[in-house]
Amino acid sequence: MFIINCPYCGERDQTEFSCGGEAHIERPKQPTELSDDQWAEYLFMRKNIKGIQFERWNHIHGCRKWFNVVRDTSNDKIHAVYKMGERPPVK
Amino acid sequence: MSNNLRINKNNFIDQTVRISFKFNGKKLFGYKGDTLASALLANNIHLVGRSFKYHRPRGIMTCGSEEPNAIVQVAKDPALTDPNVRATEIELYEGLEAFSQNCWPSVNFDIGGINNFLSPLLPAGFYYKTFMWPASFWEKYEFFIRHSAGLGKSPTKPDQDLYDHQYLHCDVLIIGGGISGILSAKLSAEKGLNTILIDDKSYLGGSTIYQDDDIFKINSETSNLWLKNQIEKLKKIPNLTIKNRTSVAAFHGYNYLLARENLTDHLGAHERKGKIRQRLLKIRAKKVVIATGAIERPLIFSNNDRPGIILSSSIKKYIDYYGVKTGENISLFTNNDSAYETAISLNKIGVKVKVIIDIRENPSSILSEKIEKIGIKILRGHTITNTDGYKRIKSIDVMKLSKDGENVVGNKTTYKCDCLGISGGWTPMVHLFTQSGGKLKFRNNDNVFIPDENKTPSEQISVGSSNGDFELDDVINNTIKKIKIFLNLDKNDYENLDIKCSKEKQKRNIWLLPSNKPISKSKPFLDFQNDSTAKDVKLALREGFKSIEHVKRYTTTGMGTDQGKLSNMHALGIIADTTGTNMGELGTTTFRPPYTPLTFGAIVGRNVGEFFDHTRRTAIHDWHVENKAEFENVGQWKRPWYFPKNGETMYQAVQRESKAARESAGILDASTLGKIDIQGEDASEFLNRVYTNAWSKLGIGKCRYGLMLNEDGMVYDDGVTTRLGENHYIMTTTTGGAANVLSKLEDYLQTEWPELNVYLTTVTDQYSTMSICGPNSKKIIKKIIPSLDLSDESFPHMSFKNTKIDNVNCRIMRISFTGEHSYEINVQSNYAKDVWEKCIEAGKEFNITPYGTETMHLLRAEKGFIITGQDTDGTLTPSDLQMDWIIGKKKYDFIGKRSLYRSDTIREDRKQLVGLLTDDPKEVLEEGAQLVESLEKPIDMLGHVTSSYFSPNLNKSIALAVVRSGKKLKGKKLIVPMENKNINVTITDTVFYDKENKRLNA
Repeated sequence: MFIINCPYCGERDQTEFSCGGEAHIERPKQPTELSDDQWAEYLFMRKNIKGIQFERWNHIHGCRKWFNVVRDTSNDKIHAVYKMGERPPVK
Repeated sequence: MSNNLRINKNNFIDQTVRISFKFNGKKLFGYKGDTLASALLANNIHLVGRSFKYHRPRGIMTCGSEEPNAIVQVAKDPALTDPNVRATEIELYEGLEAFSQNCWPSVNFDIGGINNFLSPLLPAGFYYKTFMWPASFWEKYEFFIRHSAGLGKSPTKPDQDLYDHQYLHCDVLIIGGGISGILSAKLSAEKGLNTILIDDKSYLGGSTIYQDDDIFKINSETSNLWLKNQIEKLKKIPNLTIKNRTSVAAFHGYNYLLARENLTDHLGAHERKGKIRQRLLKIRAKKVVIATGAIERPLIFSNNDRPGIILSSSIKKYIDYYGVKTGENISLFTNNDSAYETAISLNKIGVKVKVIIDIRENPSSILSEKIEKIGIKILRGHTITNTDGYKRIKSIDVMKLSKDGENVVGNKTTYKCDCLGISGGWTPMVHLFTQSGGKLKFRNNDNVFIPDENKTPSEQISVGSSNGDFELDDVINNTIKKIKIFLNLDKNDYENLDIKCSKEKQKRNIWLLPSNKPISKSKPFLDFQNDSTAKDVKLALREGFKSIEHVKRYTTTGMGTDQGKLSNMHALGIIADTTGTNMGELGTTTFRPPYTPLTFGAIVGRNVGEFFDHTRRTAIHDWHVENKAEFENVGQWKRPWYFPKNGETMYQAVQRESKAARESAGILDASTLGKIDIQGEDASEFLNRVYTNAWSKLGIGKCRYGLMLNEDGMVYDDGVTTRLGENHYIMTTTTGGAANVLSKLEDYLQTEWPELNVYLTTVTDQYSTMSICGPNSKKIIKKIIPSLDLSDESFPHMSFKNTKIDNVNCRIMRISFTGEHSYEINVQSNYAKDVWEKCIEAGKEFNITPYGTETMHLLRAEKGFIITGQDTDGTLTPSDLQMDWIIGKKKYDFIGKRSLYRSDTIREDRKQLVGLLTDDPKEVLEEGAQLVESLEKPIDMLGHVTSSYFSPNLNKSIALAVVRSGKKLKGKKLIVPMENKNINVTITDTVFYDKENKRLNA
């Protein structure tokens, strides 16, 4: 049960948020031009890292904004929080 | 008191308040401040229960939450009875009624005791090995196993007690009110930090508060008096909250902790009324100090489980705190100095210990010198090889240990006793530390796992004996040192205390003590609650179990309500010894929450009955209730299911409603459908991207049905969207999908298409929707809104009008989910019931019939319209649903488009939606029934029924189903095998009624 610092609302309990999985997977601009394998890569393949992971989170029971979180999945420590469209902090 | 076991010297028990209670139906007396255990011991009752497997007599063994044996059923009332209550923890109150568990007909004469003599036949894994064959006998075995398993009995009536949840926030949380917790709390609170101190007992001070011997002195006061003084001062600090009778159950990441506060369990029935019984505290602490102490270990030797064998430190507490002698003729057995403290306490009240058996060769310390001065016999380098006595210990056999400790030598001597204190050293309570993610390290010299400072999560420390400091000077000095750094404190009063205590000089540990009998003939109990012995652990190792987690589950060592608080270390030690491994490398089993059992009441708090979940009711709900609707739960919504008249069954009501809707007029409360208001200059483009069909060319005032996919191409939701203005749409979603659709659309807008200027607002609750359908619907609308032009030219199917009913603004869509000519009226919810009643009034002459969800489902099935979530399950594409017409093939992209021609989605043998007709038109299929081609084994499952009804308008049974390659199988005969019969069906088109859609404009 960690605490997330929503970039719009401030620190809130994890129960107010929902996780949207790995961050920085951009929806292809021209899906029709992709092969089955390329499309499958976008559609299905996600990392599941033990350690530092970049994730999308939504403050679903709050401001309902999506943003990015850098979380260490081994101890739930959150290293950074930044808005959609902003550059991720250097790894 | 009987036998004069109560001592008339005590600061903690109020001997002026006598309390009566019942144990196994017998009336007994105790005093205010007693636990059930101390009161029973004062009444010379040791035998309180029978063991789980062998039904051996068992007595009170400890004085705290680690108690494995003395667990009782409290209260008789079927609503209030509480199983598995530790007699050592429950405080005595007037009228307390407790019963022994796991015995029949009584604790003194227990039929199950025969298992004790069968024990050679009941080794570890007995159940796994025995009840395997023959497989068909399992049901018979199960009856007996279930009957004999389990300890207490669950209440059979709903809990009448009140429970609460509370959120707490603090700078520093201190867990444990022993001496290290008290000092930590005092320093923290004095610094001005908002501090909470939690302890599971009714008093503060841990074991130091009754340590009154002058060997233990702080600043020349005995340690108990010095600590009492500190507690008095502590209680006066304003920014400190003390929570007694509160047990921390779980320690999660980010210093989030759960604790159970007992508020009335110590009160008599009349004092409990109207009060909250327990409160679950949800604590967020900036910093946490773990000061949970340590518990004493037993020693493992043959027949070490007899009533009257008690942990030595517990005997001391029963004397010094409760003022109760645990026997008249006591001996002690130890591997460390703790038992000497007990002997001193016993000596003070005039009970001279007959003999102290110490496995160490040369245990010299201040304590042992004092014992020698008193004149108590110490047998050094000796061990107990066996005990005697069935319902109470009668004697012990003592022999000398060989130098290496592997064998016994010489002759055995038998000593009579009625109570034996045992001490196998101390185990730091590291449960909460490891729950929070901390890692342990093993200290070889005294065989303890202690918190590893380098692997401790941030913002917490462990102090005192839970950190492995067992002697008074170490406890105080190290606690002060650590707290000073942790809380960034200046110099304080506690840094130069003059502390006097005894220091232990020699340590010796033997996990499984040797006996003169072979192990197969002995019963050295490891886990008292689960009746597993050292033999069982050795057997598991012989049978190939290596991991400690596997041994635990195979032998059940460390399971049960005490979760192996006493047994785990010995199990590990014996495994390490047997396999020649170092205990540090072996590691421990995982400590999982809760630390002590939680009641379900505390877990659910107030979220019971109608507060279990939200209930959503439409604005027209009261009318439905007045008109005797039966309701169906759809998500959190209460929707009218059907409206029975004159004692109709559901089937009869639905048949009547369905016929009326097609023959004249029906009305449905459709307010629960999700409604999303979409505005912005890119609204049309947005809809183009989220729906499969094209939206740019939809005229203002027109409606269109849309299908929404997931990116994997599977149907996600559907509904009609209306263009209200150039850049303004209102989208309807399914009832159950409303919240998820909104979230999904927001996700795309915020993350994938931030360039689109679109705003989404949910208006599900703000607007109410009523749908009027049937050939007379037009006449009814005409009566309500005479000014509205209802001609097909002005108001055709799939279009919308802004209008008024009297003075109420409304949006009317001419759309249909039944295939009939129909209208959907949307009004602000405040006016909905009024408008609904107007519709009913106007429709009276046309027999307007209110119908519920069941008729709605039947009518749409006649038309072959899908319900997402009923006919679809997230594995069907639009093409699988035979809805290829709705895919905008010319559109460059939409959510899920690329997935529609993946190798998997273009397979022709996918499951596809079809219609089914039964050969016998009266036979109605069961939804979920399987479809097969032949009954020859192995039977190939081709699909299943998704919707099925008897259609009154067609006078036959109809069904929808998904079938492998169904599109190609029109006309094919299949079989639906049921329990008692096989039903023959034929695959048809999905549209059963009005295939030409003539009725839409009727």
